[in-house]
Amino acid sequence: MYKILNVKELADSIFLMDVEAKRVAKACQPGQFVIVKTDEKGERIPLTICDYDREAGTITIVFQIVGASTKKMAALKVGDAFRDFIGPLGKASEFVHEDISLLKQKRLLFVAGGVGTAPVYPQVKWLHEHGVQADVIIGSKNKDLLILEKEMEAVAGNLYVTTDDGSYGRHGMVTKAIEDLLNEGNTYDQCIAIGPMIMMKFVCLLTKKLKLPTIVSMNPIMVDGTGMCGACRLSVGDEVKFACVDGPEFDGHLIDFDQAMKRQQLYKTDEGRAMLKLSEGDSHHGGCGQCGGDQ
Amino acid sequence: MARRMEKVPVREQDAKVRATNFEEVCLGYNEEEAVSEAERCLNCKNAKCITGCPVLIDIPAFISEVKEGNFEKAAAVIGKDSALPAVCGRVCPQESQCEGKCIMGIKGEPVSIGKLERFVADWARDNHIEPIPAKEKKDKKVAVIGSGPAGLTCAGDLAKRGYAVTIFEALHEPGGVLVYGIPDFRLPKEAVVAHEVENVKKLGVEIETNVVIGKSTTIDELITEEGFDAVFIGSGAGLPKFMGIPGEQANGVFSANEYLTRNNLMKAFLDDYDTPIQRGKKVAVVGGGNVAMDAARTALRLGAETYIVYRRSETELPARVEEVHHAKEEGIEFHLLTNPTEILVNEDGWVRGIKCVKMELGEPDESGRRRPIVIPGSEYEIEVDTVIMSLGTSPNPLISSTTEGLAVNRWQCIIADEANGATSKEGVYAGGDAVTGAATVILAMGAGKAAAAGIDEYLSCSN
Repeated sequence: MYKILNVKELADSIFLMDVEAKRVAKACQPGQFVIVKTDEKGERIPLTICDYDREAGTITIVFQIVGASTKKMAALKVGDAFRDFIGPLGKASEFVHEDISLLKQKRLLFVAGGVGTAPVYPQVKWLHEHGVQADVIIGSKNKDLLILEKEMEAVAGNLYVTTDDGSYGRHGMVTKAIEDLLNEGNTYDQCIAIGPMIMMKFVCLLTKKLKLPTIVSMNPIMVDGTGMCGACRLSVGDEVKFACVDGPEFDGHLIDFDQAMKRQQLYKTDEGRAMLKLSEGDSHHGGCGQCGGDQ
Repeated sequence: MARRMEKVPVREQDAKVRATNFEEVCLGYNEEEAVSEAERCLNCKNAKCITGCPVLIDIPAFISEVKEGNFEKAAAVIGKDSALPAVCGRVCPQESQCEGKCIMGIKGEPVSIGKLERFVADWARDNHIEPIPAKEKKDKKVAVIGSGPAGLTCAGDLAKRGYAVTIFEALHEPGGVLVYGIPDFRLPKEAVVAHEVENVKKLGVEIETNVVIGKSTTIDELITEEGFDAVFIGSGAGLPKFMGIPGEQANGVFSANEYLTRNNLMKAFLDDYDTPIQRGKKVAVVGGGNVAMDAARTALRLGAETYIVYRRSETELPARVEEVHHAKEEGIEFHLLTNPTEILVNEDGWVRGIKCVKMELGEPDESGRRRPIVIPGSEYEIEVDTVIMSLGTSPNPLISSTTEGLAVNRWQCIIADEANGATSKEGVYAGGDAVTGAATVILAMGAGKAAAAGIDEYLSCSN
């Protein structure tokens, strides 16, 4: 069992937890992820690592309620435990293996969208600890959903916050913020974009045009996370890659996002049904327009 | 006399009934049936059946005990050589191993060795016969990677010799392919697999789940930081293969590994488990091995009309005869000498069918099997909403790429000495699918057993 030592609701339906997982905390690197399972009957849920404390043997995870399983997770309190906590999985971010002096000369731009701010944080923090300054854009729907602003500010070179509705920071999507930054005279050698697939898709469309190399972190459906099942396969260029062992980070300009987004919908109907069953019991028989039960 | 030439028939769930449930197909012998089947054994002095068994169980000796009604003694005879008799009695390809060599098989049917082994193992479980841990403990630690058939066997054998053994399992349940791969209707998870794992634990073996070697820690760290004196790698088969045909990324195309893992490990077939599975209406399973049969029979039980699509003919089907027979009985349709060329996709990105060509068999290829050749102009479509690819696996690089000095062959399988499991790295042994590529449970057990002997010899010599 993997004990929960701290729980914080960062924003509406976005939670942060510190979880005791000694082996994961000892081995993990920025860019990697974990799989958690709440109980005997739960799903294996892949989650990005937001932070780690090697001494304390803890991992910080951040997640948003998107279905029945994450709703179950959100009900866990300090002192409760996950039945299973597996990792670190996937490959570390490329820069971890790069020469630090060369890395210091690179101008890096991180683009974080929504809950995607969580996996960006340990990358920027790692760079900061190795003396590399990276600029960060955090995009959020509105002021209330913005997370980890203070934490990011402490480790980022320049931090730019933009909200879709203009309720805080700059006004507009992250793509607008990227264009604005470039128009303001900033130049970058590398972009790293992590967030919802639709955001990563549009960032990549833009940066391709701007000839700015872009790395994205993919979060497709997964089961085992160790290469065994192939559920997470993606088309990258003309190759098929498994996000769990070949990724999760890939050259964003080579990803077939439309296909990846379609594949993400695979169990949406089932998940919607499970979620409604959880909140409404057996009384729900479709017709709500959300669960797909009436299709 | 005629009866003596035939096996005592084994009771099975009716095909129509079992096609809708996940209960075990074969019900096994009762005491009376087992004794009367055992009486068919000629107790050959030069018993050929033993040579057909990868773990060399003294088959005539255990059958003699069954004949006398000494089931506990029979269990002890099997226990000397096999850690997983209830599993092997169910999933071994006996027809090509022990039973294939049985003298009785020349003029009639061979003795039903597999069903007798299963009977003895189930009897021992029901009568709470427990394995006895080693009396003398050794002060050497061995790490076993993977808790599938190879790992469990190796760990059990080493524990019996007195070593302190820890198994590291990547998934959240121990058992490897016995848990994620082989379905309940062939191998019950609670009654059989969990019990066999418990037996290995009772020998003193510790199992740590959720540890992915190569990620959570490495083999080198196990040796240098955690003080293990030797390591056995039984990490199993790897990444599922796909065909590389158009439409394979569509929604509704799964690897057999994924489909079976969702159903077996995650128990998606039970309503109160959270993991979803696509219950197709019409399902095509591509491939002809045991895994393909398992996937097809699972889809059938989930309510689908199910087809097997295989490019060679029935004779070349790599699956066990019994599995093919069961699949047909349950109503699975076989499209033999048929090869998919494209998966047809609707505008929403979901599978709507599979385009195939008919094949004919030409000259034998490198594998010795006749090479299938496309018949021109034979294209046709099968309407399906789900396609399951069961084409085998390629090795997982997680361990080989993170272990200093561990040699692999050109297929990326770990190179290990067949006789003792030794790899190119001192103190590191390997066996099972990680070495051979996808094979059978019993071959993996044989390799685990050989490696346990190899590790024992290595640790006895080194001080």
